[in-house]
Amino acid sequence: MAAKTLFQKVWERHEVVPETADTPAVLFIDLHLVHEVTSPQAFSVLRERGLPVRRLDLTLATMDHSTPTRTEQVFGNAPITIESAAKQIRALEQNAAEFGVELLGLRNDQRGIVHIIGPELGATQPGKTIVCGDSHTSTHGAFGALAFGIGTTEVGHVLATQCLLQRKPKTMAINVSGRLRPGVTAKDLVLAIIGKIGVSGGTGYVLEYRGEAIRALNMDERMTICNMSIEAGARAGMVAPDEVTFEYLKGRPRAPQGAAWDAAVAEWRTLPSDAGAVYDHEVSLDASEVEPMITYGTHPGMVVPISGAVPTRAADPVFDKALAYMGFSAGEKIGGHPIDVVFIGSCTNARLTDLRAAASVLRGQKVAPGVQLLVVPGSQQVKKAAEAEGLHRVFLDAGAEWRESGCSMCLGMNGDLVGTGKYSVSTSNRNFEGRQGVGARTLLASPLTAAASAIRGRITDPRDLLPKAS
Amino acid sequence: MEPVRQIRSRSAVLPQSDIDTDQIIPARFLRTTSREGLGKQLFADWRYAADGSPRADFVLNQPQSQGCRILVGGRNFGCGSSREHAPWALLDHGIQAVISTEIADIFRSNSLKNGLVPVVVDEATHAWLIANPGAELTLDVESATLTLPDGRRVGFPIEPFARYCLLNGVDQLGYLLSRDDAITAYERDRAVASSRRTAAR
Repeated sequence: MAAKTLFQKVWERHEVVPETADTPAVLFIDLHLVHEVTSPQAFSVLRERGLPVRRLDLTLATMDHSTPTRTEQVFGNAPITIESAAKQIRALEQNAAEFGVELLGLRNDQRGIVHIIGPELGATQPGKTIVCGDSHTSTHGAFGALAFGIGTTEVGHVLATQCLLQRKPKTMAINVSGRLRPGVTAKDLVLAIIGKIGVSGGTGYVLEYRGEAIRALNMDERMTICNMSIEAGARAGMVAPDEVTFEYLKGRPRAPQGAAWDAAVAEWRTLPSDAGAVYDHEVSLDASEVEPMITYGTHPGMVVPISGAVPTRAADPVFDKALAYMGFSAGEKIGGHPIDVVFIGSCTNARLTDLRAAASVLRGQKVAPGVQLLVVPGSQQVKKAAEAEGLHRVFLDAGAEWRESGCSMCLGMNGDLVGTGKYSVSTSNRNFEGRQGVGARTLLASPLTAAASAIRGRITDPRDLLPKAS
Repeated sequence: MEPVRQIRSRSAVLPQSDIDTDQIIPARFLRTTSREGLGKQLFADWRYAADGSPRADFVLNQPQSQGCRILVGGRNFGCGSSREHAPWALLDHGIQAVISTEIADIFRSNSLKNGLVPVVVDEATHAWLIANPGAELTLDVESATLTLPDGRRVGFPIEPFARYCLLNGVDQLGYLLSRDDAITAYERDRAVASSRRTAAR
């Protein structure tokens, strides 16, 4: 039998009807995650056509984008400041109640960013097909799931039929040899990958991250990598499941238990790509050569090592426009540039190990005068675990704000915004113009770099602040 | 969805590359529960000054762009967020087709579900289109060709089922619902296989 990739195995196990020259495949979806921003119009379609949700057992809703992060607005009596956000939250509550969809609502202690709670609850599992009306659904591929973002029309398709019409994408292996050096994180690695293949390099592909460096990563780190696959244009990124994956999932509330767990693990062990499996394209890089990375422009492919400088490009008006927006000059050294805001959060970097990393730099330190540091845990469970370890004390003592979970300042839908013209070092995933608010200037980096930059008030290589290895 | 067969229009050109869906419609306008009326927020941060007045230097505000139904973007159009509000906003503004060298996967999928035609052309054609705003273009879905003002016809790739749906105004949800028997059979087979695996432990 022909050697198959991880992607091919997951795809073939979900073909309800295989594709033909004239028609796409009908692909079965094992887990449909729903949030408040991209679902209301889909529920409206179901209502107009008198359709129920086909598989309530495979559908899980939460709210994260428009939700407040201030405790008094989440758990107290303070009103949600933005009326349209409050309305969107109420709409999901009403839709979930009307259609019978399970909702982890605003005050639920399992609520959080949809891509953080799926894995945390053990709902995300190897070999599953997982979709959500959100491009960062690629995150779940870290478990060896085929997970990708869809639009609202497709949200309606999955609600009504538990299936999608899909053409089989191509496959790209990202082979990462070596090991990351101290002070260099999974975030730096994925930024380096995007810098190498470009923001459209993955268009039409599912990426599979492979090699020694990937195997050495924990699940939080693998999620950071897969999360940003979409920033390279790939709808999905995957990592083959292994003992690290099984160890993470074992005992989680929605993971299989008992005999079903053993059966599931046996099944999951069949998923990794076979030796000799052929990819449509392959890219290689050496993790030991990766430095802490930071973006300087208006998309995630505009990225340099933190010790480097803004590149120079002759006669490129698009490039010049990006630099003008960012207020940078070609050739300018990036390290040491003053900043105004630091955001530690988002589906890319707001899991417990991200917060531990940031706290390791901030412990006993103070945020530079005039700099705002906002720390937003990825879920209520992450928040609780961080507080149990005292991480919140580290952040608060340093002068940071410690909030309830949500997408928050990654895209500012809930009003957590970076001001016009201000520089924000952010652990999120997109540095597009206006992403963190009109005129905001976003510099994407790791939690270590974000924390170090908050202390110095300037773009700072975290290796300058980390305790030296003895 | 209404059938889309042919689009004849002058082009409006936005030469920026990598135009992401946050530019097409910024996130603060996604706090809506409707798909209607998003056209006024299309490219909001490029189109309006801080006081809300239209910026004269933005192409869609200029007189020659009024009524244009074909938008030519710089290289790689529609990357980023999966928000379907992006094609909804373009369509509500009157744009029926976008042309670039590459179109991001989710944006393309969302566009086709709504009758917005995503067109990928070769580098040379793209360079000509960028250099010639206002060109009279004819986009034919059936033959998957773009006809330039000099009569030259350029083919573009389009997935056969997507083309069929555009030409006939086919609702893809209706098509999926018609496969209910196959979906039910798949669900049944999977449930059986799963319980066998567990029982074997």
